[in-house]
Amino acid sequence: MAQVEKDSLTGTDTTGHEWDGLKELNTPLPKWWLYVFFACIAFSAVWVVLYPAIPLQGATGTTGWTARGAIGGIVEAERARQEPMLARLRSATPAAIAANPELRAFALAGGRGAFAINCAGCHGAGGQGAQGGFPSLADDEWIWGGSMEAIQATIQHGIRNAEDDAARTSMMPRFADGVLTPVQINDVAEHVLSLANRSTDAAAAGRGATVFAENCAACHGEQGRGNRDLGAPNLTDQIWLYGSDKASLVRNIGYPRAGVMPAWAGRLDPATVNMLTVYVHALGGGE
Amino acid sequence: MFKHSTIEKNLILMGVLILITVSIGGLAQIVPLFVVETTIERVQGVRPYTPLELAGRNIYVREGCYNCHSQQVRPFRDELERYGHYSLAAESMYDHPFQWGSKRTGPDVARVGGRYSDDWHAQHLRSPRAVVPESIMPAYSFLDRPLAYADISSHLRALRTTGVPYTDEMIANARADLEAQANPEADATAFAARYANARQGAFDGNAAVVTEMDALVAYLQMLGTLVRFRDVTPEQLRQQ
Repeated sequence: MAQVEKDSLTGTDTTGHEWDGLKELNTPLPKWWLYVFFACIAFSAVWVVLYPAIPLQGATGTTGWTARGAIGGIVEAERARQEPMLARLRSATPAAIAANPELRAFALAGGRGAFAINCAGCHGAGGQGAQGGFPSLADDEWIWGGSMEAIQATIQHGIRNAEDDAARTSMMPRFADGVLTPVQINDVAEHVLSLANRSTDAAAAGRGATVFAENCAACHGEQGRGNRDLGAPNLTDQIWLYGSDKASLVRNIGYPRAGVMPAWAGRLDPATVNMLTVYVHALGGGE
Repeated sequence: MFKHSTIEKNLILMGVLILITVSIGGLAQIVPLFVVETTIERVQGVRPYTPLELAGRNIYVREGCYNCHSQQVRPFRDELERYGHYSLAAESMYDHPFQWGSKRTGPDVARVGGRYSDDWHAQHLRSPRAVVPESIMPAYSFLDRPLAYADISSHLRALRTTGVPYTDEMIANARADLEAQANPEADATAFAARYANARQGAFDGNAAVVTEMDALVAYLQMLGTLVRFRDVTPEQLRQQ
């Protein structure tokens, strides 16, 4: 090992290493950088004392700060700030909220936010619904009713879910499972098409009318106008959950699908349910 | 003795000093792992995955869902308002590896269970834009193929070696339990006794064949549902 020597050009010491005549300068770190580095080390030592840094259960620093405690305080403070309005929204009926301009403005704004988080996945960002069993909430066709009370009950308890005993429920039979023959299903599909003047086979539609009266009218009504108590949709309009063409009708008569909606009563504050009710009612089709 | 020039020329001394230096760093990282079991606050309700959920979790990992979806509701107010209660360590204590993730191209899914219907999940996985027009998620329609689950009991056994409390009974009946959960008509008394709060269903709408879709939807539908936050606070649920 060679001696540390001062480089004549830069005035800096060398490392003392020499490789085949090559020497390396030992340029020191900038002073400011070094001091910041030392300050960080000192800061971390203080941090370990003040805040939870030791990986043992229940270990907290001398301040007693925990992430759980901190967020609890923040949430409580925000709740307290909102509580006066939420309490009014909670105790009022949706109809009363809609009748009061101040509450209505709050409910529409709050309902809009809650809808985007909780409802838009299935019913669409604007409540327009989606083909395949996700009904539009923006039109005046309601499967289970479009009054404030009906909308509120649907949001609270959901539809055909396993988690809420008060969930709306009904079950259309699988008519292809030995109830109707394929010909009868074809005929009744033609009859349903004829309800909206879309049938192309009058003879089949005529035969289907009898099948409809015997098998379908109990729920969908003799005129096919549906029954909201049973969640049986109106078949005479142009609004179809699972497709309006004949192939879709035949499939749905044979192997009906039944939409499921979760219950929100346990997930959402009653005030939020009321806000959502007012918001959905105002989307266009509220009754 | 500890001069640069001395250490550099003495191989054994340098080796010993390197060993000491590395050990300090190593111990600081490794020792906490030996006691990490005690840092997880156990809560009521958390159970190992059912065989069908586990198969679904394997698909979740295989398809790289974690690249876009996190499974960790962080303790910030905006997250609590949107997703629900913040995630507890115990909720992922049987995850090997955990799926917390750090990237949210899509939303967090730690509490997605029960928020949508099974039918929505199946349609959304097949064609995300059919139900959510603004979605940028890729389609996973190929998941409608049959699930390969002949080796499912081996998966349970492998997880048991990492500390997941699968019993011999669970391992022996893994295949039957998987089939029972995927068929709503099947007798599930024994299955329900082994796995609390596990829901049976034809998750993809067809109970005749157990598909990868069945498994993935079953997994998604249980995420975040084991701890009943709606009834009690985590403080009340804490065990030991």
